[in-house]
Amino acid sequence: MSKTRTIKVDYLARVEGEGGLYVRVNGDRVEEVRLQLFEPPRFFEAFLRGRAFAEAPDITARICGICPVAYQMSAVHAIEDALGIRVDGALRELRRLLYCGEWIASHTLHVVMLHAPDFLGYEDAIRMAKDYPKEVRRALDLKKAGNEILRILGGREIHPVNVRVGGFYRVPTRAELAPLVDTLERAREQALATVVWVSTFDMPDVEQEYEFVALRHPSEYPFNEGRLVSNRGLDIAIRDYDEHFVEEHVARSNALHSALKARGAYVVGALARYSLNFDRLPPLVQQAARDANLSSVCRNPFQSIVVRAVEVVYAVDEALRIIAAYEPPAHPAVDAKAGEGSGFGCTEAPRGILFHRYRLNADGTIADAKIVPPTSQNQKAIENDLRRLVERHLQLSQEPLTRKCEQAVRNYDPCISCATHFLRLQIDRHE
Amino acid sequence: MAASIVIVGAGNAFRRDDGAGLATAGRLRGVLSGDIRVLVKEGDFASLLDDWQGADAVVVIDATSSGSEPGTIRRYDAHERPLPSTFSRSSTHSFGVAQAVELARALGRLPARVVVFGIEGRDFTPGEGLSADVDAAVDEVVRRVTEEARGRA
Repeated sequence: MSKTRTIKVDYLARVEGEGGLYVRVNGDRVEEVRLQLFEPPRFFEAFLRGRAFAEAPDITARICGICPVAYQMSAVHAIEDALGIRVDGALRELRRLLYCGEWIASHTLHVVMLHAPDFLGYEDAIRMAKDYPKEVRRALDLKKAGNEILRILGGREIHPVNVRVGGFYRVPTRAELAPLVDTLERAREQALATVVWVSTFDMPDVEQEYEFVALRHPSEYPFNEGRLVSNRGLDIAIRDYDEHFVEEHVARSNALHSALKARGAYVVGALARYSLNFDRLPPLVQQAARDANLSSVCRNPFQSIVVRAVEVVYAVDEALRIIAAYEPPAHPAVDAKAGEGSGFGCTEAPRGILFHRYRLNADGTIADAKIVPPTSQNQKAIENDLRRLVERHLQLSQEPLTRKCEQAVRNYDPCISCATHFLRLQIDRHE
Repeated sequence: MAASIVIVGAGNAFRRDDGAGLATAGRLRGVLSGDIRVLVKEGDFASLLDDWQGADAVVVIDATSSGSEPGTIRRYDAHERPLPSTFSRSSTHSFGVAQAVELARALGRLPARVVVFGIEGRDFTPGEGLSADVDAAVDEVVRRVTEEARGRA
């Protein structure tokens, strides 16, 4: 007779937001895996209706305290698409620079403070810091470099206020960006050292058959522009997103579940971006990845910690490139005049593609808005990973299996505040 | 010699009473002067360690949700004991004021004096504005922080 086993853990920390996880195992079969996002629906889309188009970047930036730049970037690109505006040259480069700041700060927080303790067997970063003070101090300095970019370019570190449709309210002078160079050169060494450090972690040996979805640009590692591509043939313009993706309400979650209409679950974020765009990374970054034993495609979700560390090297290096070439534009923004239209924007938030769609009225107010955050898109993949993980490790006792599940969820750096706030984890296993 | 003081209001203004620390910082800006920096922190509490760097004294004000009477004010000296778990953010940011204080302690980066005020909230639902009893408590904390800062500055 098969027996149902129950493992219960009250909550999973070190993720952004409130949610839970339930796994039921009957004998040697995983019967049910549910990622439950408890956070109340955020109603931001409804809140945007009737507001002026110019307010969208600042309103949507409030959805997340960790990736506000992503919301601002997707919002401005979508609205500029609706208004037929194109932002090029130095303004476009400054937007990439702003995104570099967010990637550095967000990835470093997750890699060192939230995810590394899993690999080294610590309950949290504070206990880890007592044994690894050098690595933690280095991470805090690195993260500060990212925050410096956000402060100088965004007006402040959290919820930057300098971004507008068409460009910026004020652009920096060369002299204002100059102090960043020393900071970022030091940060590049710190980022490279962080890659070496995390590459020594003991990695579970698992490979998953994912469909990765990310932006792909003709020449750049993607931030703000490109086509949406996958390793299974998807290659579409951003404006065709709704034809290929569907968002479904699932009773257990307050966040809509995304799926590819043709094939279901897919993965967005660092692993997808890296695996679809390795050839777009500069030689220094490719070499750092190779030295860390990463191949050009990475299907081991646990290695996402190394991939994020590699992306931090990229973001620091790219920021230095942009600052070196920077010549202030004649105007801080391209004029944006109200008009009717629909626009689509998709940018690479630290956690993956963030899609925005707006329909504007002739007076420039927002008639309709749709926002699809990366964590909503990864929910199915997280559940699939957990199912396989529990199946593979049924022999483990409650505590180590639970720790592995928590680690597996954190592979995705889930931001539940974005998707719909602590993650409660419960595994029911009867035996 | 005047001491450098950093005052940090922490919280989320869009979760009603979770904005109590931010409101306190806002009101303190109007009454404090001298070598005192008043900051607000709505996320990314890890960067508190940078904000503290070089400061002789730090005062942090944050909302609490401990189940006690809304508007209750608590004062903690971080050098006396670890902060209670109510300062571990259970909302948007899993890295809260308590973690920042403990991380700083672990790394030897805790300023010589760290005082944390907690204001018990009533309503943490999405939206703006403070409950009346929490609003009154904010005024009282403004008065107490001003007194402490003037005593040291």
